[in-house]
Amino acid sequence: MILAFLPNLVFLVLLIITIFIFTRNILKIKSNIDLGENIDRTDKPSERWKNMAQIALGQSKMVKRPIAGVLHVVVYIGFLIINIELLEIIIDGIFGTHRIFAPILGGVYDVLIATFEFFAFLVLVAVILFWCRRNIIRLNRFWKNEMKGWPKLDADLILYFEIILMTLFLTMNGADFYIQNNFPNAEHYQQAGSFPISQYIAALLEGVSLETAITIERIAWWMHIIGIFIFLNYLYYSKHLHILLAFPNTYFANLNAKGAFANNPAVTAEVKLMFDPDADPYAAADDSAEEPDKFGASDVMDLNKIQLLNAYTCTECGRCTSECPANQTGKLLSPRKIMMDTRDRLTEVGKNIQKNKGVFVPDGKQLLNNYISTEELWACTSCNACVQACPIDIDPLSIIMSMRQYLVMEESSAPTDLNNMMGNIENNGAPWPFNQQDRINWVQDL
Amino acid sequence: MIKVPTVAELTAEGKIPEILFWVGCAGSFDERAKKITKAFVKILHNAGVSYGVLGAEESCTGDPAKRSGNEFLFQMQAIANIEVLNGYGVKKIVTACPHCFNTLKNEYPELGGSYEVIHHTQLLKDLLDQGKLTIEKGSYKGKKITFHDPCYLGRANNVYEAPRDLIKKLDAELVEMKNCKAKGLCCGAGGAQMFKEPENGSKDINIERTEQALETKPDIIAAGCPFCNTMLTDGVKNKEKEGEIPVLDVAELIATAKDL
Repeated sequence: MILAFLPNLVFLVLLIITIFIFTRNILKIKSNIDLGENIDRTDKPSERWKNMAQIALGQSKMVKRPIAGVLHVVVYIGFLIINIELLEIIIDGIFGTHRIFAPILGGVYDVLIATFEFFAFLVLVAVILFWCRRNIIRLNRFWKNEMKGWPKLDADLILYFEIILMTLFLTMNGADFYIQNNFPNAEHYQQAGSFPISQYIAALLEGVSLETAITIERIAWWMHIIGIFIFLNYLYYSKHLHILLAFPNTYFANLNAKGAFANNPAVTAEVKLMFDPDADPYAAADDSAEEPDKFGASDVMDLNKIQLLNAYTCTECGRCTSECPANQTGKLLSPRKIMMDTRDRLTEVGKNIQKNKGVFVPDGKQLLNNYISTEELWACTSCNACVQACPIDIDPLSIIMSMRQYLVMEESSAPTDLNNMMGNIENNGAPWPFNQQDRINWVQDL
Repeated sequence: MIKVPTVAELTAEGKIPEILFWVGCAGSFDERAKKITKAFVKILHNAGVSYGVLGAEESCTGDPAKRSGNEFLFQMQAIANIEVLNGYGVKKIVTACPHCFNTLKNEYPELGGSYEVIHHTQLLKDLLDQGKLTIEKGSYKGKKITFHDPCYLGRANNVYEAPRDLIKKLDAELVEMKNCKAKGLCCGAGGAQMFKEPENGSKDINIERTEQALETKPDIIAAGCPFCNTMLTDGVKNKEKEGEIPVLDVAELIATAKDL
């Protein structure tokens, strides 16, 4: 009796473990993002929903590059559609039923499964083409320096995962269809539809016994769902997190003109005080104008929460880097690497805190220099090409600017030329050493 | 001889100009950019625009300081400029520099300086549309002109059409580079790069961009930013095409067409 329920029990335990680990990972990401400074991005909610609907749900920036865009849309729609089937698989798994929706939905079920199969096949084709772009055509942006090692393996593993999952899905359907057609009296395996793609797999099984067919169907069914459980918890270690985080990331994206860089409010308070003729120079500092512990960012904790969310959201597609004028002309700067470094450092800091029971114990490292070099930071032209290129509204430029702010305001370590330029602005109101009184001299020979 | 009025003079006479022409540091001091300033002012006079300049009261907007990371110096400049602008009751500003344009438009409001800020190509377009400025067709007929999008005008503020409309009005053939509009390639000067040597690499950005411009086989390369102008002029020199392919601001194109 108990043995009869063993599969259900195993399934339930696996499901609970999966949900437990997944929740723990999501909470870990959340607590790491919370290490960042607060930033208010809750204004204009309707515009934010619209941004998310267009860019994350609607993939509007993705299709700016048509080939990758269309292939991605196929995989994305496939992912959304085929996951509807997960509901049935989970119910069947828990209750020991088989295709519980088939008798309920009748003809609709046939159409649904046919649609899933159609997309599963398209996803297979798209993913294989993706693999070819990476490994045979070897598109330049997939082979940059920052892609060596784990990022390269990660990208390929995701594609292998998807190939395996889709193949298992179609195999399980094919075996099922074979049983339905050849063994009408087999328990559980009722007629469920036309199975337009997997019928070809069923044809391959011709002559196979019922027992073997059931074994194939069961193995494929179990491996498919276990594969999904594993994939779900693989996300945390992977760039593939974008499938979840693209949504909050586009919701909380910067909606202002790209040229508008944030003004640091702590600086404003100080500057206004300097300009105020009534200010008492000996007065105690106003506590309401909270002085930050430092200007700009040298480590991940100095960045804001959106910048950290950006880092986790990055899927390393490299469109930013391929559009970056500095990178195109052989400079060290790669906006994608800025995002990957930020994420990797944040993960490292998160582990440190976890190991030390909630407290960050200085590890002699920081984002600046240990991950991102000053040479990279000073190569940026602030042209916003990276921000424009990102299909999910990640802003590498804001991190570069935060770090430049630290370099200049905390370390006074700008390149000499820039120090001269800033000295000129300070002394005569122009980046060059000209007298402010001469600003109007151009009118002389009009 | 054109007399350029300063806002201080106008205010003393009890006049308030409709629009302030923010000349910018390049437009005031750089020999090449001064020519753009003059061309623009000639058009303003020709179209009878009520304008004034700040002259010696103008100071750097702080853009290169902010992009270098010196938020303190930026805000010092901004607050000082805002005091001057608000003191004169300035409502509308036009500038031929996309960096000044962006900073005044996007970064000053939060610090107490809210103005209607437009780029000079937008003003010129308005003047044409209103019939205050006319362009005699013909001088650029059959000429191929390619327009380089300044990052701080294009991507940063989504102004792509005003300069293109002007070029088309000149009867010239507008040819686009392979990277244009939202995908426009930077000239290499932004983010305070203008004031420093580039980092080590395989090529300078302005050379890359100039190559893209030359691929369109243009008669003229048009720009809308004094810094882009410098970078592309240097690029054209590097390709030994100076004298052959001029790099001109859109205002210069119009001033020349009108023989101003």
